Amino acid sequence: MRTLFALCAAAATAFPAILSAETAPTEVSFSEYGEVFESLTGVPGDPEEGYKSAVSRGAGNCVACHTAQGWSQEQFPGDVGPELTGVGARYEPAQIRGILVNAKHTFPETVMPAFYNVSNLYRPGDGYTGKAAKSPDVTVLTAQQIEDILALLLTFTEE
Amino acid sequence: AIGNTATAEPDLDAVLVINDELEMVTITEAPAHLEGALDQAISGWHFRDAATRRLETDDFENPAFLHVEQGLTAWETVEGTEGESCASCHGSIEESMKGLRAVLPKVNADGELWSMENYINDCRENRMGAEAWGWNTAPMRDMTAAIALQSRGMPVNVAIDGPAQPYWEQGKELYYKRHGLLDLSCASCHEENNGNYIRADHLSQGQINGFPVYRLKQSNMISLHNRFYGCVRDTRAESYERGGPEFRALELYVASRGNGLSVEAPSVRN
Ligand code: HEC
Ligand code: HEC
Ligand code: HEC
Repeated sequence: MRTLFALCAAAATAFPAILSAETAPTEVSFSEYGEVFESLTGVPGDPEEGYKSAVSRGAGNCVACHTAQGWSQEQFPGDVGPELTGVGARYEPAQIRGILVNAKHTFPETVMPAFYNVSNLYRPGDGYTGKAAKSPDVTVLTAQQIEDILALLLTFTEE
Repeated sequence: AIGNTATAEPDLDAVLVINDELEMVTITEAPAHLEGALDQAISGWHFRDAATRRLETDDFENPAFLHVEQGLTAWETVEGTEGESCASCHGSIEESMKGLRAVLPKVNADGELWSMENYINDCRENRMGAEAWGWNTAPMRDMTAAIALQSRGMPVNVAIDGPAQPYWEQGKELYYKRHGLLDLSCASCHEENNGNYIRADHLSQGQINGFPVYRLKQSNMISLHNRFYGCVRDTRAESYERGGPEFRALELYVASRGNGLSVEAPSVRN
């Protein structure tokens, strides 16, 4: 697994011009089941970077709501959402990518935030400052962070 | 489940008795307007750990009482150009302020929805010739704690009809409106997920019968609107002004979700 990622990462840096094209949040296309089949960046995700984004309060903060064997060393994960242990075996990558980009396509009305979305937001703020967002284009996570967290979750294959 | 998650349910059998004599209503049937949303209104006291809960049972241990003392001193203190103290007009705080916390916020004579802080500052500016206190300053928090204490044990009973109704509707809309980049409403956390943990925090119903509260984490009194401010900010939203019309309307609506709970102020939270 590790070597495969290393190879992909090497390949990615070899063709930066082609691969830097990112899909904008408003351009992401969802299947009727909420899946997103295409990579948002073309750059394979890095699970170690994904881990950092998943546990950091300023980034995905997935630990606020989810526990997972994969981050069992983190203190006091929350239980607002289901446990993510084994999620990489339960779901196809496109389904997980869709859930990360905007879970409401998969689970209507869910409390899980949309992490790569700029539409239908009310009073978006500038991080945790309580002030207004500096730009209307901010997303909680970057396209690459989504791919990185996806890569991390795909390693969560054991129940 | 995984061993590193704390999963104690709120202890709903615990009974809050203060100073061995005052038994509080901390769980009650939810008001009719919450039908389908909540069956019971439950004080935030139940969601705290046993050590925190115990601090609230004895006024000598409750750290908020140092602040109440400050408020009581200010009640007697002459300030401003008119040479008056609160006591010179209102007399004893125990009598004149009894029951007030339970019915605030309310619509004033001019048809505006006022919180306790508005009434206090109105007296300071227009009757004492003193400067208004900032909404979230220590003297204001201390005074609201001293006044709230005079209603401790009485049932919260805010009016939501008549002139209050449009404010109540506004507050309700805010409560259910998803805010911020995280797209969460008050209901996402406090209605749908009370009893669950968000990271290490045990989510309560977000009831306000305990305000102002003494918060151990900050070693200080926390005003209600500061709590609201923090919760909205945590959705990564542009929050509202403390004392502004939005938070006063929200205060009325959230208070009404706890009609029937005992006024618990000044309570202790972690
Ligand atoms: C505020 C709470 C919250 C946060 C933060 C959150 N989630 Fe979720 N998540 C949920 C809830 C609730 C569900 C269940 C979906 C539903 O039915 O509403 C869920 C479902 C999921 C699922 C589907 C799991 C399954 O077994 O069906 C995945 C995968 C997931 N979340 C991943 C993540 C990741 C990765 C992050 C961080 C980038 C994250 N979540 C952040 C609340 C949250
Ligand atoms: C010069 C007289 C005077 C002084 C001094 C004064 N008040 Fe008042 N206060 C009043 C009057 C009169 C009202 C009733 C106003 C009304 O009902 O519209 C009032 C109303 C209030 C109310 C609302 C009570 C209710 O039942 O609606 C509060 C709370 C209050 N005062 C607190 C204070 C505090 C605290 C101080 C000192 C910091 C203070 N007052 C100083 C005269 C005074
Ligand atoms: C992202 C989750 C989240 C959202 C959204 C949220 N809160 Fe909170 N709130 C918390 C947490 C965590 C606490 C501390 C634990 C507790 O008392 O529930 C808290 C505490 C409170 C308290 C203190 C309760 C007590 O007994 O001390 C009140 C009141 C409150 N919230 C009201 C609100 C209101 C009103 C809104 C909407 C404007 C809101 N909250 C939105 C997470 C949230």
